[in-house]
Amino acid sequence: MKVIDIILTNEKLSLEKAVDFVRAEQAGGIVTFVGTVRNQTKGKKVIRLEFEAYEKMALSEMRKIAEQILFDFEINSVAIYHRTGNLSIGEIPVVIAVSAPHRKAAFAACEFAMDRLKKTVPIWKKEFFEDGAVWVSAHP
Amino acid sequence: MEIEILAFGITKDIIGNKSLKLKVETPCRVRDLKILLKKDYPKLELLTSLMIAVNENYGDLDLLLQEGDEIALIPPVAGG
Repeated sequence: MKVIDIILTNEKLSLEKAVDFVRAEQAGGIVTFVGTVRNQTKGKKVIRLEFEAYEKMALSEMRKIAEQILFDFEINSVAIYHRTGNLSIGEIPVVIAVSAPHRKAAFAACEFAMDRLKKTVPIWKKEFFEDGAVWVSAHP
Repeated sequence: MEIEILAFGITKDIIGNKSLKLKVETPCRVRDLKILLKKDYPKLELLTSLMIAVNENYGDLDLLLQEGDEIALIPPVAGG
């Protein structure tokens, strides 16, 4: 049985698809994280976001994270999805789902995967404001 | 040797293109490439960080570049 599902796409992400993928008979629960585009940054109104990825490497870094949490935590399976392109406020750039026999491992693995994704996966986010745009985190 | 470098995110704006061809003396390590690029594009120095990916993996500063490697500039990532 496949235990890792990785998707990088410019189309809408499906939470249901991620949950269905990780559902398992050995699992006692599923933890999901759904990222959504926030309407402001430090009080400044955000109009939309644009995500750019170094696709081949992003996919391989996402897979490394999935492999690592399967190794480090008592979990059954994991789905990590990320979107690219233009996203409006409230849309979903990232979905992570983890199933495990017991909930603590699922929560811990899901949080670890999300923290890691933000550090290692080569995806960049540009925030568009009413008066311009910036690449997030580019400058100190 | 001549190498081709892919640029993403803000590095694409700084270089003004999504890729760049560069003649480098051999041996050339990741460290040497970063010094060369920062000399040519001083704005790279202002970034929070700049990693170099070689063949889709983060390259250590000591890694030797080979002709034909896929090299990419990785400014601070911001997924999620």
